[in-house]
Amino acid sequence: MSANKQSGKAAGQKSGKAISQNKGIVGQPVNRVDGRLKVTGAARYAVEFPFENVAYAALVGTTIANGRIKSFDLSAAQKVPGVLHIMTHENAPKLKPVVTNPAEGDAAGRRVPMQSPVVYYSGQYIALVVAETLEQARRAAELIRVTYEEQPPATDMDRERGKAYVPKQRVAGKPADSTRGNPDAGLSGAAVRVDEIYRTPTEHHNPMEPHATTAVWEGDKLTVYDATQYTYGVRHAMAVTFGVPEENVRIICKFTGGGFGCKGTVWAHVPLAAAAARQVKRPVRLATTRQQMFANMGHRAETEQRVALGATSDGKLTAIIHEGLTHTSVYDEYVEPFSKPTHMMYATENFRASQRLVPLNVGTPTYMRAPGETPGMFALESALDELAYKLNMDPIQLRLINHAETDPDGKLPWSTKLLKESYKIGAERFGWSRRKPQPNSMRDGRYLIGMGMATAVYPVNHFPASARARIRQDGTAIAESSTHDLGTGAYTVLTQVAAETLGLPMERVRVEIGDTNLPKAFVSGGSATTMSVGSAIQGAARGAITKLKEIARADKSSPLYGATAEQVVAKDGRLSLSDNPAKGETYAEILSRARTEEVEASFDMQFNDRQKTHSSHSFGAHFAEVRVDPDFGEVRVTRFGGVFDVGRVMNMKLAESQMRGGIVMGLGMALMEETVLDKNLGHVVNRDLAEYHVPVNADVPHMDVLLLENFDEYASPIGAKGAGEIGIVGVAAAIANAVYHATGVRVRDLPITPDKLMGKGALA
Amino acid sequence: MNSFTYKRATSQAEAIRDVAGNSNAKFLAGGTNLIDLMKMNVQQPGELIDINRLALKKIEEIPGGLRLGALASNSEVANDRRVRERFPVLSEALLAGASPQLRNMATVGGNLLQRTRCYYFMDTAFPCNKRVPGSGCPAIPGFNRIHAILGASDKCIATHPSDMCVALVALDAVIRVEGPRGVREMKLTDLHRLPGDTPQIDTNLQADELIVAVDLPSTAFAKRSGYLKVRDRAQYAFALVSVAVALEIKNGKIMAARLALGGVAHKPWRSQEAERVLTGAQANAQTFKAAALAAVTGAVPQKHNAFKIEMAKRAVVRILNQVAGGKQGGAA
Repeated sequence: MSANKQSGKAAGQKSGKAISQNKGIVGQPVNRVDGRLKVTGAARYAVEFPFENVAYAALVGTTIANGRIKSFDLSAAQKVPGVLHIMTHENAPKLKPVVTNPAEGDAAGRRVPMQSPVVYYSGQYIALVVAETLEQARRAAELIRVTYEEQPPATDMDRERGKAYVPKQRVAGKPADSTRGNPDAGLSGAAVRVDEIYRTPTEHHNPMEPHATTAVWEGDKLTVYDATQYTYGVRHAMAVTFGVPEENVRIICKFTGGGFGCKGTVWAHVPLAAAAARQVKRPVRLATTRQQMFANMGHRAETEQRVALGATSDGKLTAIIHEGLTHTSVYDEYVEPFSKPTHMMYATENFRASQRLVPLNVGTPTYMRAPGETPGMFALESALDELAYKLNMDPIQLRLINHAETDPDGKLPWSTKLLKESYKIGAERFGWSRRKPQPNSMRDGRYLIGMGMATAVYPVNHFPASARARIRQDGTAIAESSTHDLGTGAYTVLTQVAAETLGLPMERVRVEIGDTNLPKAFVSGGSATTMSVGSAIQGAARGAITKLKEIARADKSSPLYGATAEQVVAKDGRLSLSDNPAKGETYAEILSRARTEEVEASFDMQFNDRQKTHSSHSFGAHFAEVRVDPDFGEVRVTRFGGVFDVGRVMNMKLAESQMRGGIVMGLGMALMEETVLDKNLGHVVNRDLAEYHVPVNADVPHMDVLLLENFDEYASPIGAKGAGEIGIVGVAAAIANAVYHATGVRVRDLPITPDKLMGKGALA
Repeated sequence: MNSFTYKRATSQAEAIRDVAGNSNAKFLAGGTNLIDLMKMNVQQPGELIDINRLALKKIEEIPGGLRLGALASNSEVANDRRVRERFPVLSEALLAGASPQLRNMATVGGNLLQRTRCYYFMDTAFPCNKRVPGSGCPAIPGFNRIHAILGASDKCIATHPSDMCVALVALDAVIRVEGPRGVREMKLTDLHRLPGDTPQIDTNLQADELIVAVDLPSTAFAKRSGYLKVRDRAQYAFALVSVAVALEIKNGKIMAARLALGGVAHKPWRSQEAERVLTGAQANAQTFKAAALAAVTGAVPQKHNAFKIEMAKRAVVRILNQVAGGKQGGAA
């Protein structure tokens, strides 16, 4: 905490004056308000809402990856007791395609499920069974026999590279090909060059809670309980696909058991569950299986990235080129925007980014854990490390030399940027000075020890958000917005913001989210929820207080009668005069006398003109220490340090947890995560959590996480910049760089499994 | 999962009779493997005979050794003081496997019969000669990083996933089996089979035979034994390669040796070639290197798993050094 305070001064100077709202609740490391509900099992997830007469659905996926369905044999399935309905493309209701604004984040709605016999990828849903029980539905689904007309699938990005095309859409808001200056000349004329190919594999999100939906029709009105990051997006999609007015559709999602991007889109099981419910005229519950999640809910596309760096002999970058391939599906387009962070990361006159897409017979990829930044910064930060060795220069020094003082892409000033402080404080806390510069130079007994670092960056995203705040006659308050808590702590942070703004203790404020009957919020993604929804709730809460003040100031019986709005403050459930706190009264007293049940105010948060004057990003620095077994190449991360500038920290405990979670996911990406597609059959081979490895507790070391004090008024009215995804960005590079330092072996294709090290470098 | 009947057995004789009378019946012990495979529709028994209430949980002294009841849990065996002191390789192997939750459920008998983790076997979307004889082996032209380098056939390259069995091979374990024809004993090394042309048959056990115990003979080498497991993450991962060794050393000379590899073959792979190199030789680096070379005699890599040959050699050397030096094995 002392380092935290120390950096706060620098932050204060940079960020200008703090808006006078820091009254103590926001910023406190309070416990999760929903913690008890979760540990007691009282928190209800999408398929846990009780309904009488609920029926269960199970889905059938294809076993081929390319071709057409010739016929179904449903005879055995129909004989299973309890089966109510079997849906295939032959009898499915016509569902209208959902045309969404790509900026609204739906890459999946464009192929409507079960409308044709065409098979695009293995595991694609081709039939759905509804039955009285889950067991009956699953059994009948297993017994459906399908004959296909099979075509060889496109499964290998390398083999299919001849089909690479220029993305039709922009790549994270930029053209697919972007150039500044003359990068080729900058590279060819450079004194020192790095020019390498880096690869990251297909990865899957794997939230604990599978995708799950309960659909309930009442006449023409549909209610869907869904595991989602975007209730209003699901509502829009359901309204369009079923041709009913949006106001007839209600989406409820009180808790989401992890999302990481894969619940930001509406996948096929949601309209299928609703179609099934309409067919059987009963509520239908549909939980997908872990195995189905490896085919149908998106994934991070694999990347093949060329990073070419040119530098002067004293380390000044003369060119950055970042270009390459990712895959998409054969029926839709998603670009994993790996080149996104490279536009703005380091100061250079000469820059080129270029991305191409290769269509494969797989489901459409989607947003995952800092899309773009995560694979992109693995490549860029690995290349920087390689350059540092070529220059015989400390990698932090190289980054300081090329530190961008303004955003090189738009030349805008940064809103705030505590990156240099992150390097410095991170290095001190980690003990970077103990690192011997040469690779393969540190030992602990038989083990090879290495230290590596990398930069973290994530842009500030804003989404429009609406909220309502209600102060009740009983002295409590409710703040409402249809946002989501993915396990991130949104309930808690939003309660803090509402309580502080309303001048109430947290226990007297309830936050309601996850229901399209509440004011509209956008997708919970892009690390934008606290900023966007928090700002909206703050605005609504201020509005409610203003209304309460108006009542008191106009009421002759009130001690505040005749005071100006500025003279009155809201604190501890009372309105009082700022220069005479004794003169005032409680919210309950004001509303009771006015015979008013509640005062209510709404607020629509828009960010339209915000980023025009400044470029806003969260920044950070990662430090990894690894221990490598010299015989087998088993890598264990023994220590990890991360220092981050995420703007104002709303809740230190939750924010640190977010960073730790991101680091753990980055560790998985570095050392184990890889979805393997059988190249002949186009089917994922490791489609469960025993075979798709994520870190277990024994893999996770002590993590020293520090969040610097900052207040970024340009980023958001509440001063926050976003503290979600940045935790993972750069972690894989920091670990790969540490592995190189330990062994002298540069692994450029993730994950770094033992077989990629054994027999090489210090492991020869 | 198919519908099945469930019956809780009250005696060994009854359990055996029930399974003998129904070719589609199976014994249910910890269920940590069978239930998963049923959920994935890989196995579809019509009847489960739950043996968990049978009196087969004891770990007890017998003349000349220690007897592990077939229903003793992996946790109970791993943490048994007698096992830890007299048969350390077994405790180390068990603790290197699965997770604490699984070890609490999984039994000795069930572990012997766990089925391969070959991706292609565990997913009915794929053909698989082990699951559907004659349908083909997509692992051979497919992704085979985790597959066998020893004893495989052109019908099947799956590996046996158990850690426990590798240790039991190095301990000369004997299994006690009860069937309608009475009790018989079988060397553990005779239990598991190579795939050959019949990869669908994992073991030489008859369908109506119930494993009731595993006997660990007190040998001169059991106490100086250890297990090494190389894997992709720190815990809860199957072995890329594992090695169990047991040595009797007198005055620096190896009097007797047992050496078995895991993660490399369709069965826990006892290497008598390596044992021959070790027996009678000095316990030194040169011997260990020669044993390592002998241990992978005849190894044939697939497209993605050639690293296992070198890894196995290195693992053999490492664990021989550790065990000869009196140190514990475990994780690499």
